[in-house]
Amino acid sequence: MAGQVKSIKEIPREELFAPGHRLCAGCGIPPLVRIVLKAVPGPKVVVTATGCLEVATTIFPYTSWRVPWVHNAFENAAATASGIEAAFRILEKKRGIKRPKIIVFGGDGGTFDIGLQALSGALERGHDMIYICYDNEAYMNTGIQRSGATPRGAATTTSPAGRVIPGKMERKKDLLGIAIAHGVRYAATLNPAFPVDMYNKIVKAASVEGPTVLHYLCPCPTGWRFDPSRTIEVARLAVMTRMWPLYEYEDGRYRITVMVKKPRPIEDYIKLQGRFRHLLQPENRWVLDQLRRDVEEFWERLVRLASASE
Amino acid sequence: MAAVTRVKGQRRVGMTGDEAVAYAVKQADVDVIAAYPITPQTIIVERLAEYVNNGELNAAFIPVESEHSALSTCVGASLAGARVFTATASQGLALMYEILWIASSMRTTIVMALANRALSAPINIHCSHDDAYAARDTGWIQFFAENVQEAYDLTIQAFKVAEDKRVLLPTIINLDGFILSHSLEGLYVLSDNDVRKFLPPKEPVNPIDVERPMTYGPLALYDYYYEFKRAQAEAMKNSYPVILEVFKEYEKISGRRYAPVKEYGMEDAEVAMVILGSSAGTARYVARRMRERGEKVGVLSLTLYRPFPEKEIVERLRGVKAAIIMDRSYSFGSPGAQLFMDIAAALYNEGERPLLINAIYGLGGRDLTPEQVEAAFRAAFEAAKTGVVKEREIWLGVR
Amino acid sequence: MSRLMSWRELEIGCVVPEPGNSVRYKTGDWRALRPVLDKSKCIKCLLCWVYCPEPAIIRHEDDSVEIDYNYCKGCGICANECPVKAITMVPEGGE
Repeated sequence: MAGQVKSIKEIPREELFAPGHRLCAGCGIPPLVRIVLKAVPGPKVVVTATGCLEVATTIFPYTSWRVPWVHNAFENAAATASGIEAAFRILEKKRGIKRPKIIVFGGDGGTFDIGLQALSGALERGHDMIYICYDNEAYMNTGIQRSGATPRGAATTTSPAGRVIPGKMERKKDLLGIAIAHGVRYAATLNPAFPVDMYNKIVKAASVEGPTVLHYLCPCPTGWRFDPSRTIEVARLAVMTRMWPLYEYEDGRYRITVMVKKPRPIEDYIKLQGRFRHLLQPENRWVLDQLRRDVEEFWERLVRLASASE
Repeated sequence: MAAVTRVKGQRRVGMTGDEAVAYAVKQADVDVIAAYPITPQTIIVERLAEYVNNGELNAAFIPVESEHSALSTCVGASLAGARVFTATASQGLALMYEILWIASSMRTTIVMALANRALSAPINIHCSHDDAYAARDTGWIQFFAENVQEAYDLTIQAFKVAEDKRVLLPTIINLDGFILSHSLEGLYVLSDNDVRKFLPPKEPVNPIDVERPMTYGPLALYDYYYEFKRAQAEAMKNSYPVILEVFKEYEKISGRRYAPVKEYGMEDAEVAMVILGSSAGTARYVARRMRERGEKVGVLSLTLYRPFPEKEIVERLRGVKAAIIMDRSYSFGSPGAQLFMDIAAALYNEGERPLLINAIYGLGGRDLTPEQVEAAFRAAFEAAKTGVVKEREIWLGVR
Repeated sequence: MSRLMSWRELEIGCVVPEPGNSVRYKTGDWRALRPVLDKSKCIKCLLCWVYCPEPAIIRHEDDSVEIDYNYCKGCGICANECPVKAITMVPEGGE
């Protein structure tokens, strides 16, 4: 498809995201944002929900954004974007103002939980926007509290690894499943360790007229508790253990874009992160086993869907 | 409002308050409507959907999935430079509450019709002013309509006020739920042309523009938040003279003159009633009967509620011995209901000021009867005579 | 920003009018470790450039890279990901 790349060298140079922001050293968000702003062609407007990205990049009087950028509240990024989209559509009709592409960034908090209603409404109404969830798997900005995206077993401040209850007991919500159920034409998972795969999926999403949903695994050194130099390494392991399948959904068809034939054991991923360390204890083995089953079930289902799509 | 003079170009029609508001919004050629239905505002939303789908109104009608999203969507649309409208009531306003503050701080020019309805619990769909008052601190300009004509006129004027470059604040037009929203009354409507001339397309200030990429809605820490609020306070103050200007301009095309406050019998009133909303008509009706009997009563009704028309109220209450402040709502645990507190604060530092009594009335759509109004005036006369307010708070007509 | 603005100087609404002005806020002083690039080893794969979270890696016309120490927070991702170990992390300010 036009605009897609075969290598990192082909990724455009222009930076629409400026340094000087206050995101943590080693934060997993900027690799996403930088690539999104390079991959989406033409004039664009970014809407962001309250959260790490919004707070750390727009502390008055500074901003790291070199495109128009709007923040309203925590749970309404998709609704705010709907208003901007509809306004530009009608102003284009009435006064010839050119319509920019709308990109929405929401964390897992502002997407899976408090923001889910607004996202659902926006998807149902079919607004033209690329909704991207940067999923660091907890409410990180407020200090690492659990969200509907926190994986089973993970320790957060509201699902601590305690003596009686060892971490979060519920499984992770399937965001793309929800999006697909709304009838979006394109949805995909993204991972910073696979930048070309990520870039090309964004190009594809941008070419769709209507809502698309992208789900980005965002390793968080602060919240997941690993050395900041390992952000990309952790992200890569998520894929190689099948904890984070890289796939895309396009007009009814599923396609696994990075096939993992021989997965690494999930322990390799778990042991690098402080939030999972308690799962390596023998008394918590049952949780680790459940997590492994979650991963296997999801992968197998995905493989079935992908082969049915061929 | 002065007696209606027949200004050419206007048509006499019969409409309910909701229908009149929708008609005004259509004539105002809004760009974006995002609203969620709630009794008693539903007719506004339905009419607008009809206008749009029939091609009579060239606007984006966004059927949002909740009131919170309705206002959020409006904020986005207003920032993009569109002329925006929404409507709600009661629980819907309560759900939007978080965004009310954001809409005004971000200096959007959203116009909202609020079909005043009581807040749950228990659930009640009829008229109280709870919802209007809930918004009073949030930085929105607020008008109150007394009848359907006013609902229509104020809606048109609201767009002009909100979008004025010296103002840039979102604006609410209050109309009593059911009493005005669903009552059919006769009114004069302007020609489409006249409204178009009065309301040229919105000229947005700092709209979202890819050629001028700005950041909207940053985080402001303790080093800056305070200054943002000071600037916002100034904007609200500055809106007052603009509102007077718009009232004057509107009179030229409609023959109807609006003012922040309407007075009846205040020239020589010993005792006055201060009220807002549709019941002002009942108050004046009773006042006229009493004046015919030689009793010196007056009625002050507010068309403008925010910014609060302090000067007008203080001036007109000077010389009055006792005033009854009518509140169609209640503020639990407060030293008076909402309008009472506003009036008391405005009067406090004045040398000459009346004794004040707070009368609670009409909650949840309970009728305000002429008998209740007269009883309220009687209480004020009692206070005026003795120089003492025995009961500061009275509930009219409660069993 | 050396001086704090008064309320009259603020732009209307809650806006920051100047795009990307965070470049005035030098986060380089966050570092405890600093990356040092050995250009002779660099194969211009651009992985460090694509992964840097600031971004604090300048990509030149010929695809060679240079670290921007004004913003580099010393996370060490570049050193960890470099396939030829051309970047080493050393303590900021020496031992």
